Amino acid sequence: MSVPSDLKYTREHEWIKDNGDGTATIGITEFAQGELGDIVFVELEEEGFEFSADDTFGTVEAVKTVSELYAPVDGEISEINEELEDNPEIVNEDPYGKGWMVKIKLSDTSQLESLLSADQYKEIIA
Amino acid sequence: MAKKTPFHAIHQKEGGKLVEFAGFEMPVQYKGIKVEHAAVRNDVGVFDVSHMGEFYIHGPEALDLVQHISVNDASKLVAGKAQYTCMCYEDGGIVDDMIVYKLFEEDQYILVVNGANVDKDLAWVNSQNTFDTTVVDMSDDTCLLAVQGPKSVDTLQKLTDLDLSEIGFYSFKMGTLAGFENIVFSATGYTGEKGFEIYFDKNNVDPEAVWKAIFEAGEEFGIEPCGLGARDTLRLEMGFALYGNDITKDTHPLEARLGWITKFDKGDFVGKEALLKKKEEGNSRQLVGFVMNDERNIPRHGYEIVDESGNTIGEVASGTMSITLGKGIGMGYVKKEFAAEGNTIHIAIRKKTAEATVTRPPFIKK
Repeated sequence: MSVPSDLKYTREHEWIKDNGDGTATIGITEFAQGELGDIVFVELEEEGFEFSADDTFGTVEAVKTVSELYAPVDGEISEINEELEDNPEIVNEDPYGKGWMVKIKLSDTSQLESLLSADQYKEIIA
Repeated sequence: MAKKTPFHAIHQKEGGKLVEFAGFEMPVQYKGIKVEHAAVRNDVGVFDVSHMGEFYIHGPEALDLVQHISVNDASKLVAGKAQYTCMCYEDGGIVDDMIVYKLFEEDQYILVVNGANVDKDLAWVNSQNTFDTTVVDMSDDTCLLAVQGPKSVDTLQKLTDLDLSEIGFYSFKMGTLAGFENIVFSATGYTGEKGFEIYFDKNNVDPEAVWKAIFEAGEEFGIEPCGLGARDTLRLEMGFALYGNDITKDTHPLEARLGWITKFDKGDFVGKEALLKKKEEGNSRQLVGFVMNDERNIPRHGYEIVDESGNTIGEVASGTMSITLGKGIGMGYVKKEFAAEGNTIHIAIRKKTAEATVTRPPFIKK
């Protein structure tokens, strides 16, 4: 099970990449896509959507089940992955790469420090 | 501790994602629901459904017991035939749905019930057994593989001495499979495709050898192992009821689209009086099928069904993405006045409502 060490994680099985310029990229983990199975569409809030940590910013519908996406930190959506509109299966195929979901402007970059490290996340899915 | 079917090691080897279901560790999927669903619709797929329950009923009054607990008319069965039916409580609520098989020996039947209901059903059947007949739970010894899809006959024909083309729908025969004897080939299934459900006693047969033989025979057709996930999407495309979702102790056959198996003219059976009364009163609600109007909405079990003003008129019993249609489909109970085919209903999906059209299943035309 791939858990890249340069990413941060949440208990809701999302990954967050600190882009180093006050923005971050969010997606779901390899484990999450495997648990969901075939993803049939991803519904995301729009650019400019402002949120606080724990707010939902989207929904992932798989054949068998549905899962909400929870914001790991405070911020605002600056870009959504338009590719997922027509090709949601990318999330199954490449969850840490082409299957990213949103890019956000961070309200407070220090919030990233409270997220899980790769090692901590590995313990959760073990 | 969850039980394991004799195919457990194979499921692990094949990469099956195992979940606990009906007290067993069962595969929910292997390669993925889409691939497995398509294999059954287009070629052939195999499901381990050994978690299902089998009760052997024998004795001079075996038919009387079956008639007492079943809403369908088992007196119409001849040896080698099977019948879909359900058992009801006195109030008409459904205990379980099941298949009754009439065996080739006199006064012998098999009831095949849902895996999740085996203990409850056995207790129920025993509680109703005031007849000169014996009920034996054979569930732990009985393996069941469902081989389903247009290429299922070509696959299995290579492995048996039976002429499978002679076994009509809802009929069965006993024959050989991969060199093993006393294998039941039942032309039944839960997918809407041609196929067989294959029953055998795990003590007389090497289950792994049977699985292997079927997969070797089906290799040229692209045979796939299939899990509970695809089983659910396949059955829902056909509008087949699932106990626990579409039928429960709180629903009765007449409102659950099962009036066709409820035979009031066959004599007494448990629940008849209550069901006759419900028939006279008319149903206040009805299980209907529906298709979402917009492809980006998927109904799920438990979602509310509302009218155009947002008033609750029912609840989704089963819902999924139809792999074949690429659209959300479902079944749900709605108030009678909303149940007509072609009606627009609305499904409450999270913060919004989405339109759906009442549609008579099957949702795909075979």
